[in-house]
Amino acid sequence: MRVMAQMAMVMNLDKCIGCHTCSVTCKQAWTNRSGVEYVWFNNVETRPGQGYPRRYEDQETWRGGWALNRRGRLKLKGGGRLRKLLTIFANPKLPAIQDYYEPWTYDYETLTNAPLQEHTPVARPKSLLTGEDMKVSWSANWDDDLGGPPDRDVLLAGIADKVKFEFERTFMFYLPRICEHCLNPSCAASCPSGAIYKRTEDGIVLVDQDRCRGWRMCVSGCPYKKVYFNHRTGKAEKCTFCFPRVEVGIPTVCSETCVGRLRYIGLMLYDADAVLEAASVPSSQDLYEAQRGVFLDPSAPEVVTAAERAGIPRDWIEAAQRSPVHALITKYRVALPLHPEYRTMPMVWYIPPLSPVVDVVRDTGYDAEDRSNLFAAIEALRIPVDYLAQLFTAGDPAPVDAVLRKLAAMRSYMRDLTMGRDPDDSIPAAVGMTGEQIHDMYRLLALAKYDERYVIPPAHAEQAHSLEELATSCSLDYEGGPGMGGSGPFGESSGGPQPIAVENFQMLRDRQTADSLSGRVNLLNWDGRGKPEGLFPPRRSEEPPGSDGAS
Amino acid sequence: MPELDDALVGTRRFFTRGEVSADHRALFQIGGRQADTFYRDRWSHDKVVRSTHGVNCTGSCSWKVYVKDGIITWEAQQTDYPSVGPDRPEYEPRGCPRGAAFSWYTYSPTRVRYPYVRGVLLEMYREARQRLGDPVAAWAEIVGDPVKARAYKSVRGKGGLVRATWDEATEMIAAAHVHTIKTYGPDRLAGFSPIPAMSMVSHAAGARFYNLLGGAMLSFYDWYADLPVASPQVFGDQTDVPESGDWWDAGYLVMWGSNLPVTRTPDAHWMAEARYRGQKVVAVAPDYADNVKFADEWLAPAPGTDGALAMAMGHVVLKEFFVERHVAYFLDYVRRYTDLPFLVTLDDGRPGKMLTAADLGQDVENAAFKTVVLDAGGTPVVPNGSLGFRYGETGEGRWNLDLGDLSPLLSAAGGDVAEVELPRFDAPGGSVGTIRRGVPVRQVAGRTVTTVFDLLLAQYGVARPGLPGEWPSGYDDADSPYTPAWQETVTGVPGPTAARIAREFAANAEESRGRSMIIMGAGANHWFHSDTIYRSFLTLTTLTGCQGVNGGGWAHYVGQEKVRPITGYSVLGTASDWTRPGRQMIQTAYWYLHTDQYRYDPFSAATLSVADGFAGRSTADLIAASARMGWMPSVPHFNRNPLDLADEAAAAGEPVADHVVRRLRDGDLRFACEDPDAPENFPRVLTIWRANLLGSSAKGNEYFLRHLLGTDHGVRAKQAPPQARPRDVTWHDEAPTGKLDLLLTLDFRMTSTTVYSDVVLPAATWYEKHDLNTTDMHPFVHSFNPAIAPPWQTRTDWDAFMTIARVFSALAAEHLGTRTDVVAAPLLHDTPDEMANPYGRVMDWKAGECEPIPGRTMPKLVPVERDYAAVADKMASLGPLLDSLGATTKGVTFEVGRELEYLRHKNGVAPNGRPSIARDVDACEAILALSGTTNGHLATQGFRQLERRTGVRLADLAAEHEGKQITFADTQSRPTPVITSPEWSGSEAGGRRYSPFVINVERLKPWHTLTGRQTFFLDHDWIAELGEWLPTYRPPLDMHALFGEPRVGEQGELGITVRYLTPHNKWSIHSEYQDNLFMLSLSRGGQSIWMSTEDAAKIGVRDNDWIEAVNRNGVVAARAIVSHRMPEGTVYMHHAQDRLIDVPRTETNGRRGGIHNSLTRLLIKPTHLIGGYAQLSFAFNYLGPTGNQRDEVTVIRRRSQEVEY
Repeated sequence: MRVMAQMAMVMNLDKCIGCHTCSVTCKQAWTNRSGVEYVWFNNVETRPGQGYPRRYEDQETWRGGWALNRRGRLKLKGGGRLRKLLTIFANPKLPAIQDYYEPWTYDYETLTNAPLQEHTPVARPKSLLTGEDMKVSWSANWDDDLGGPPDRDVLLAGIADKVKFEFERTFMFYLPRICEHCLNPSCAASCPSGAIYKRTEDGIVLVDQDRCRGWRMCVSGCPYKKVYFNHRTGKAEKCTFCFPRVEVGIPTVCSETCVGRLRYIGLMLYDADAVLEAASVPSSQDLYEAQRGVFLDPSAPEVVTAAERAGIPRDWIEAAQRSPVHALITKYRVALPLHPEYRTMPMVWYIPPLSPVVDVVRDTGYDAEDRSNLFAAIEALRIPVDYLAQLFTAGDPAPVDAVLRKLAAMRSYMRDLTMGRDPDDSIPAAVGMTGEQIHDMYRLLALAKYDERYVIPPAHAEQAHSLEELATSCSLDYEGGPGMGGSGPFGESSGGPQPIAVENFQMLRDRQTADSLSGRVNLLNWDGRGKPEGLFPPRRSEEPPGSDGAS
Repeated sequence: MPELDDALVGTRRFFTRGEVSADHRALFQIGGRQADTFYRDRWSHDKVVRSTHGVNCTGSCSWKVYVKDGIITWEAQQTDYPSVGPDRPEYEPRGCPRGAAFSWYTYSPTRVRYPYVRGVLLEMYREARQRLGDPVAAWAEIVGDPVKARAYKSVRGKGGLVRATWDEATEMIAAAHVHTIKTYGPDRLAGFSPIPAMSMVSHAAGARFYNLLGGAMLSFYDWYADLPVASPQVFGDQTDVPESGDWWDAGYLVMWGSNLPVTRTPDAHWMAEARYRGQKVVAVAPDYADNVKFADEWLAPAPGTDGALAMAMGHVVLKEFFVERHVAYFLDYVRRYTDLPFLVTLDDGRPGKMLTAADLGQDVENAAFKTVVLDAGGTPVVPNGSLGFRYGETGEGRWNLDLGDLSPLLSAAGGDVAEVELPRFDAPGGSVGTIRRGVPVRQVAGRTVTTVFDLLLAQYGVARPGLPGEWPSGYDDADSPYTPAWQETVTGVPGPTAARIAREFAANAEESRGRSMIIMGAGANHWFHSDTIYRSFLTLTTLTGCQGVNGGGWAHYVGQEKVRPITGYSVLGTASDWTRPGRQMIQTAYWYLHTDQYRYDPFSAATLSVADGFAGRSTADLIAASARMGWMPSVPHFNRNPLDLADEAAAAGEPVADHVVRRLRDGDLRFACEDPDAPENFPRVLTIWRANLLGSSAKGNEYFLRHLLGTDHGVRAKQAPPQARPRDVTWHDEAPTGKLDLLLTLDFRMTSTTVYSDVVLPAATWYEKHDLNTTDMHPFVHSFNPAIAPPWQTRTDWDAFMTIARVFSALAAEHLGTRTDVVAAPLLHDTPDEMANPYGRVMDWKAGECEPIPGRTMPKLVPVERDYAAVADKMASLGPLLDSLGATTKGVTFEVGRELEYLRHKNGVAPNGRPSIARDVDACEAILALSGTTNGHLATQGFRQLERRTGVRLADLAAEHEGKQITFADTQSRPTPVITSPEWSGSEAGGRRYSPFVINVERLKPWHTLTGRQTFFLDHDWIAELGEWLPTYRPPLDMHALFGEPRVGEQGELGITVRYLTPHNKWSIHSEYQDNLFMLSLSRGGQSIWMSTEDAAKIGVRDNDWIEAVNRNGVVAARAIVSHRMPEGTVYMHHAQDRLIDVPRTETNGRRGGIHNSLTRLLIKPTHLIGGYAQLSFAFNYLGPTGNQRDEVTVIRRRSQEVEY
């Protein structure tokens, strides 16, 4: 047993109101820069819908994640080293910018500066890639709230007969997504430069900006399409789990600003030696249980001992014991992984939405709150269980059904208490829980106090140095450092990377507080007029600009 | 960790591993301390400043604004709200995506950085100013010369703004004000800024200036159609609602026309979480709205038919819980807290008037306002608590709901029976029908009377044995209103479902003693007949004993606000410390007349009547009648400068009021509203701040452009034919255009309003000023603080209006001096004025029905001295009227001598010797000190005063905080809980969640109504004229019948006709944020209209196609969003998508496409104009006609996909 600690997240989709506050605060904090205008480390998808980038779940096209080869061994779905080598300069398995979306802005300044003219001034959309006028026809959130035809949802392929897009049978829910910070990250394994790494102490997956050579194999390799290419710096970027915040015990931006109060952050202890086997189980429907099997009980004495031996600090072990993520995944078993069939062992899990529109019960004329009616209704929920199973259990409806029954039981059990009646212990018993457990789960899901949603131990700065020594063969071996070890397959000249350009605030300040358009311009401040130098990257053949990307 | 090294070696290089084995699966590395400095850099910041967003939204979320190197970088929500206790969810982290994107505005290219003036105007002004040497003379020359005036008015909205300095711009503004006051009168000035609660100092800045000038402040709550007129009608209260934390207490929650995740984003979690404690949630929405996702049940009534559903639910509740079974809790509640047991006369087989002590022949004080019940023995008695006890000496200690041993009879049963004729409005085409149903009656004091309860059962069609008339045969009787089956024919909701929801709602209330709640909002309230819709909702919450109970009752959330420190804010905003009364105006009627929309009404006001009282009159005639009878305010007042009127009175040696009455009687003087198109009656100057009238709230937008501004417009409607024109209001053959001389806007971003303005002043944003923020959604007061100083040449509203006031005062010293103004003030609610019209009988002095008596049969006429040179000094200090008169809220007068002394020390003393409020922080301190909610001393003082009137114990509610004074510093450090105060009807005492009317229910304090109880029955003449004595169902207006628009569903060569709704937008708060790049990136990036798959197919529209929507009011060119979540026959153009972002020219008229309100227009419901009678008396934003817009239809078609700009 090799105990490692993983910072993980659970989102309760049953509470998500689809407001996108998480997306906005994340974007404001991290990606409102040139080169990543189209990038949303956190996005929220309306399901059914295509997602962002569109149809990213279609791994037959994008070939992200892992698959088992004929011998039953895990291999990258996108192919091994030879394939990578042959395609290294023209990676074909990459969503084009139109699949994300062509970012745009408007010539706002005309509203103030327009001369006397015949018509009311108007700000027109301008492509942020070409500077040309454009018709906005696709975005990171185009099908929000079921806008546009819903039938291009990848998950419908196998269950089309169970989903009807009629007014009376409408359903929808929201799926907020960040990087999964997988235990078995295919992005990292795909990187020719070894620039993607998983932090020892908390499992956060990061791109080493110095090492990244911009091959974009990680973009292909990630089945969730949560690694992005900064077309200005030529580097990959991705969700960092807000490590500068998490290190000091503050939740990620997306979590702390989550208005639905549906995100939980906590530690999971797992056995690193067991990951490969778990990721290699033959049936994809067994992956959910297999991944749960990798997690360790943080209260078990042998785990504690092993964790201490592995150098995990005591307060981290305590945090793992109090972890709400552990409670939701392991104790109450209401959280499920997103697309376990990708075999990356994702570490952002979801409580499926109950969607309790009980049409069937309603039509019978019985009290819909009655437990037996509620349970009966789950098969007939507005959101088809089969659809949820496509998302969370590789198509197996049983675990989804079990979660929904627990949520329904909680409502039914708690209603008696709320109305001042005697509790009915047969309700929790029907879902294999005790009244006490139901009540504890209720506290976590309903009351969801800040210090119970987020149990984040601060990083141990005193260990930083020793960990650092372990990390690399030479601590000076970074770009521009005296070590200057070779960093690409063909040496330093092969990729032509530029040192990372940090968008610094002095530069922004000059620009933002200026009266007129001058100096460097970016997404934040370009008014759509002219074509300022440095704003647009040189055209790339794989990013044809401006074409109509609508379906 | 040797394994780790292995892992690194194993996978870090391309050639080492493609396949993965046990130890080389992933690359582990300790984290990023070297390689990821970029993200650390980016996260680092210098400081975090508390602020929030100050208008439009009732969220009142506290935010952290991050600042680095003097630049605002981003914002995130504060999480430090005081806890609500261990057993419920907390307020954190209130916020929404719109607010989270606010900082984008700070440095965005749409930011207004400098003062701008319309170039054509500025050139003329500079020339005239140079030549004439006097700003006022220069302004007078330009606006007085038709050619010059036309030259700048006709190019409004067409670009051509040029930069000016603050000095030049404010001089011109001051000159315009001086000239207008001198030439036409101060009541030709109007100010518009909405919803003070969310930034009360910014609002008060301009409001104070205008009130000192004698300009009119325009109402907003009624104008936005957010005012539920049913609230004053039923509760005698503007609006008082539970905080969102109280949803948690409900056992049954109906969301009715209120899409919580979108419109109450920071609060929605309470609903999601309360489900986990077993709360049942029902969504009533015509589309699969965002909130339906959470609902156990979804009822999708046809748009605008919600009242029918509610009436049927009421039918079920009355039948099953009041007739078939007697629920003790409900019966006790309605006896004590509602007008159901009160006696009503029957006149000519119709409901008549409330029986009063006067009818009983009792010679007592205010006898006509003391209503009557029958005691258990059937003897008429006058219980305490009605309006007659609220005023006068003998009512002292008796204005309460304590019935003692009295147990009033709910029904008059036991004597005779009689038939009453009740109107029904459900006929196709909207014609009025009648139903005859019997009620038990008694003879009292020579009159035939019944009870409100008996009438209610008759109205709802709930039969009892032995009563004559037509009654439903059962729930499945679809012909007889208001059965479940009947509603199915109207709404499309299955009858059994409607019945079951009603039953569940009431059963939950029975079991939980009132913890059933209806959250209601714009979807139900923005209709022409919103008051009848809401009365049918309130019947459900009141019958079941849910009002005044935590977790129960109505929860009206649209446009509502709560200036928790209302008394202090009112003093500052109305400048009542210097002059009283202020000039207030109902904005809907103001624009109905001044944008000439009244000229386009081709039907009589009697169209909606069940009687003939309105025959031959137009809506404009009713506005004029309401004004002259003193019901509603009317601005400008007269066709004469009120300053000159006062002079003329003095010259004639008459008191001003006598002089005005004499001349009105002679016909020499007229109310301006009787001739709104005469040039002397135009509004001349309009100042807008914190608002976007022309891009957002202006119903009938194109009429504004045409008549008010005089520029290009999209109006296609024809004016009324001669036979449909007003009778009493003068008709000019030529409709004026360009009435307004100056449109001034203060804003931080470009909007339609700034684009059409003559002068635009650059405003500080919410992250650049000090202010206070409260809401009704949570019980805290918190602050705005500048993260940075106002950049470029921007100024805070407080600073800007101080600047304007100083320039104005200097010019005024020369041109105006000290004058006497005459204010025509309407009869006011919460004052003895509301006893002006006994029995709600209409007495029009102009028709010779009574004498014109100011303050009784016509407005009060109050002389007010205005020292125009001292305006700036007065603005910056608290005036002496506070010392002598105190400060009054809802009838409670606070003595504030001690507070003024405190402010003298806290803020310092102004040169005029008064406490200073020179700075915005001073204003904050003044508001906090002068209000009971933030000053425990005043709260207890007010309650003690109320104890004397009511005779019930109240002061203990605030006693726990008597020594507490919340300071501005408190609000800066953390959101601070407020104190229970007589300014509001709920209680936070002991840390409980706020629910309205808790004090009424628990302490027996009367509601501010005629009976002192919650009101089902309204007996005013004009209510009777429309047949709306009781809750009823009135369908949406028939635009085909009224205006000749095609019928919904009709398809012709111009496209398909659909119902056109404008619900609130997910990507904006009104027009704010809809231009924000983050919100545009997450939405469709410009104006859009949602339509159903079926309708789209009929006209060949695919998702994202350009379409054009056209009706008589205007034209919209937008892109379609096609979705199966939309019902067939209805489209949504989400509210307030301005014309400035990606709006092409239309095919219809070749001009820039309009906004959502280009397809709407104002239509006024006559009953909203009632005044001078009990709870149906005017107060600002409390009662007035609503600017409703939901009943509209439009034709939609696919247009050429080649668009031009």
